Amino acid sequence: MSQKRIAFPFPGLFKGMWVTLRTLFRKTPTVFYPDEKEIPVPRARGVISLDTDACTVCMLCARECPDWCIYIEGHKEEVPPAKEGGRVRTRAKLDRFDIDYALCMYCGICVEVCPFDALFWSPEYEYSEHSIAGMLHDKERLTEWLATVPEAPAVES
Amino acid sequence: MTSPELMHRSEVAVSVELQTPDMTLNIGPQHPSTHGVLRLVARVDGERIRDVEPVIGYMHRGYEKLAEVRTYAQITALVNRIDWVAGFANEIAFIRAVETLAGIEPTERAQWIRLILSELARISSHLVFMSSYPLELGATTPLFHALRERERVLDLIEGATGGRFHPNFNRVGGVKPAAGGGSTQKKVSSDLPAGFFAGTKLAMDNVLAVCDDIDNLVTGNELIKARTVGVGVIPGDKAIEYGLSGPNLRASGVGFDLRKHEFILPYDEVEFDVAVAEGGDCYDRYVVRLDEIRQSVRIVLQAIDKVPSGPLQAKVPRILKVPQGQAYVRNENPKGEFGYYVISEGGRMPYRLKIRSTSFSNLSILPWILKDQLVPDLVAIMGSLDFVLGDVDR
Amino acid sequence: MTTGLFALDTAIKVVVVLAAMLSGALVVIFAELKIGAHMQHRPGPYYAGGRFGWAQPLADGLKFLQKEDLVPNGADSRVFRAAPYLVVSATLATFVVIPFGPDLVVRDLDLGVFYLLAISSITTLGVLMAGWASANKYSLIGGLRAAAQLIAYELPLLLAAVAVVVQAGTMSLNGIVEAQAETFITVGSFDISVPFLLKGQLIGFAIFMIAAVAELSRIPFDMPIAESELTMGYLTEYSGIRFTMFFLGEYLAIISMAAVAATLYLGGYWAPFVPENLLNAAGPLILGAKVALLVFIIIWIRWTWPRLREDQLQDMAWRWLIPLALANIVIAGIFKVAF
Repeated sequence: MSQKRIAFPFPGLFKGMWVTLRTLFRKTPTVFYPDEKEIPVPRARGVISLDTDACTVCMLCARECPDWCIYIEGHKEEVPPAKEGGRVRTRAKLDRFDIDYALCMYCGICVEVCPFDALFWSPEYEYSEHSIAGMLHDKERLTEWLATVPEAPAVES
Repeated sequence: MTSPELMHRSEVAVSVELQTPDMTLNIGPQHPSTHGVLRLVARVDGERIRDVEPVIGYMHRGYEKLAEVRTYAQITALVNRIDWVAGFANEIAFIRAVETLAGIEPTERAQWIRLILSELARISSHLVFMSSYPLELGATTPLFHALRERERVLDLIEGATGGRFHPNFNRVGGVKPAAGGGSTQKKVSSDLPAGFFAGTKLAMDNVLAVCDDIDNLVTGNELIKARTVGVGVIPGDKAIEYGLSGPNLRASGVGFDLRKHEFILPYDEVEFDVAVAEGGDCYDRYVVRLDEIRQSVRIVLQAIDKVPSGPLQAKVPRILKVPQGQAYVRNENPKGEFGYYVISEGGRMPYRLKIRSTSFSNLSILPWILKDQLVPDLVAIMGSLDFVLGDVDR
Repeated sequence: MTTGLFALDTAIKVVVVLAAMLSGALVVIFAELKIGAHMQHRPGPYYAGGRFGWAQPLADGLKFLQKEDLVPNGADSRVFRAAPYLVVSATLATFVVIPFGPDLVVRDLDLGVFYLLAISSITTLGVLMAGWASANKYSLIGGLRAAAQLIAYELPLLLAAVAVVVQAGTMSLNGIVEAQAETFITVGSFDISVPFLLKGQLIGFAIFMIAAVAELSRIPFDMPIAESELTMGYLTEYSGIRFTMFFLGEYLAIISMAAVAATLYLGGYWAPFVPENLLNAAGPLILGAKVALLVFIIIWIRWTWPRLREDQLQDMAWRWLIPLALANIVIAGIFKVAF
C-alpha cells in the first residue's frame, strides 16, 4: 500500500506536531473534582435505597442477588382485626436489611425483582469508607439514600 | 551474569565473538504492556528473543463454574465482565443463545437497540486500542484524545443502561434497564431516556473528529510506520490455522466478518463495509481497527433512523424455565468471534456454559509469531493483537 | 590578577552559574509538565502552590528527599551509589564554558567546544554504571541500550559542531558568537550579521538537534528508558536522592544542549540591533529566549512522536547522520572560502 511508504521530508511527523500544537491552546475538558462535580445521569447505578414501608420481607431480592450480599431478617407480627369480630391478621415486619456494598456488583437484579417498589436506584456514588466494615449499609442508612433518588425523567417516545 | 564471570570469559576466549549465554527474561505478570496479568517466559539473546512461553491463568475467575449455580438473569449480569472493555458485546451472544433455547423472539425495537449498543461497544473497545497501542510504541498523546471521546460513548451507554462498563441491559426477549418492577419504576424503565438519539448523533460527530486527529497523530506518522510496517506479519492461512478472528484475521487478508454471515442482530438491514487489509503486519491491524470505528459510526447513524417503535421486551414469564436443549451462538465481538455454548436440562440454571472467548484463541499465535523477534517488536506485536486478559482467562 | 582574587572570582561565578542553572532546571521541569499536559488536553499540575501548580517541582523534590534510600540486594553497592553523581557533575561541568554575555562566562577556554563535548560524554559512563550495577535484568538491557545509543550519537554531535568551528575559525564559544556577530553584508547603512544557521548550517543544525535529543535519551530516542517495555530501564532501581540526581541531570543536560545549540547556530547571547554596551546586561535574556525556544521544541517533540527501535536508532546514526555530517563539513568549508 502506498500508505505504508516513508517519504523523505516526513510530512506525517509534522502533521502530528500540528495536532499537538493546536491542542496546546484548547481549553481542557477536565472536571476539577472535588471542587466541581459531574452530575451523573438519572439512571446511573450508584447506590440502592430502601423504602421500609413498602417492604414485605418476601426475601426475593436476597434470593436473586448473584453475590448473596443482602441480609434480611424479619418476624411476623399480629395486627388487630380491622372490623369487630374479624380474624387476627399477621404482617411481616422488617428487623434487619443490610446490603454489603463491598460485595455488591451493582447489577440491579434485586431492584428489578422486587414486586413492591421497595428498592430504588440512586446515582449517589460518594460513600467510600476507610474500613471495609463501613461498606455494610444497614436499614437506616439505606432509607437515607431514598432522598437522593431522582425524579423519573422523560423517556424517548 | 556477574561481572567477574564475564571478564574471565573474555580473557580466555581469544576470538572476536563474545560468547554470551541466553538470558531468561520474565515479562510480566506485572508489566506495563501486557494488557493485564500475562506472563511471558522469554529466552532472550541480547535483544533477540529465541522462544517465548506464555503462562496464563492469573486472572481465571471461574465463569463456567459460576454459571452452573446461577440463573440466566444472574449470568447476564456476570458475563459483561469477561471482556470488560466492550461490556455490552459479551451479553449479546449469551442472551441470543438463551432466547433460542427458550423459543422466545425478541422485539424489533430491542434488536435495533441492541445493534446500536453493540456498535457503541465496538467503538469503545477500538478507542481503547487507539489509546494504548501508540502508548506502547512511545507516543503518549493519542491516549488522551481517544479516551476523551470514549467518555462520551460511555456516557451514552450509561444514560441508557445505568452502567458504563457493565450494562446488564439484555433480558430474554428484549432489553430492559435494571430498574424496579413496581408501578412507578415501570414508567421510567419503559424506554430509552429522552435525548438518547440526539446525543448519539452528537457523540458520533465527535468520534469521527477524533478519528481524524488520531489519523494525523498516528497513521501518517513515519516513526509509527517504521515501527509497525513489516513487523509481525501473519499470513492469511496461518491466521486461520491458529484460530484468529476479528480485526486480526481481517488484517491478514481474510475478509470474514460474522456480521455479514450470521444475523443474530439486524445487520442485514444496514449498509457497511468490512475493513480488510492485505499485509498482515501490525500497521494493517491498526488501520483495520481505525476503519472499523468509522464503519461503526456509519452503522449507528443509519440505525438511529431505522429503530421502530414498540415495546422493549417481549412477554416473558417471571420465573423463566428454559426447556431442555443445547445452543451455540457466536457474535462478532470487537476483538473477534465470541461464542457461548449453553446446555440446558430444563430449569432456571444452565447445566453447562462453555465460553469460546476471542482473546484465548488470538493469544495462541504468540509462540509462533514472537520467535526471533526483537524485544521492542514483542511489545508492538502483542499490542497489535489487542487481547484482554479477562477474555483470555475467563 | 593575583591567584587569590582569581580563585575568589571564579568561585563566585561558579556559584552564580550553578544556582542559576539549577533554578533553570526546575523551570524546565515545570514547563515540561505543564506544556506536555496541555498538549494532551489536560491541566497538569494544579494544586501545588496556587492555580498553576508552580510549586510542583519543589514539592516533587522535597518528596524525593524524604524517601528511603534503597540499594538492591545483589547490586554492586559502590558503583550503584556513585553513578548518579557522575552524571550530574559531568553535566554541571559543561556550564563552565557557555557564555551568557561577552564577559559573563565562568572561563572562556580556547578549547571550548572540545571541552564541552568531551565532558558531556562522561555521562555515558554514569548511565552504563547505573544499568550494570542494578542487579536487574531490565536495567541491564536499558543500560546496554543506552551505552550503544549514546556512543553512536556522539559522532554526529561532534561532526556538526566541527562544521561550525570550521566556519568560525575558533573553538572558543565566545569566539563563535563573535564570529556570528561580524558583519556579513552591508545593505545601505545597515550592517547585517547572520547566525550560522542561515550561513549554510541548516543541515548541521538539524543533525545537531537530532543528536542532542538522542544524547538526552528523550523520545524519540528513549529506548534506554522505554517506559512501556522496561519500566524505566537503567533507572528502575533508583529512588530518593539518587533518582533526583538523575532527574535533575537530565533536565540540566536539556538546558546545556539547548544553550550550546543556541550558541553555535543561533548566535548565542547576541541579537541584532542591540548595542555593544548593553550586551552584558541583555545577553542572558537573549540567550534565555533562544534556549526557551529550543527547549519548547524538544518538549513538543517528546509529547508527539513515538520512539524508534534500537536498531533503527543505530541505523540512523551510522548510515545517515554521520555521512550527512561529513558532507556538512565540506559545505562549511565551501562557505568559509567563498564568503
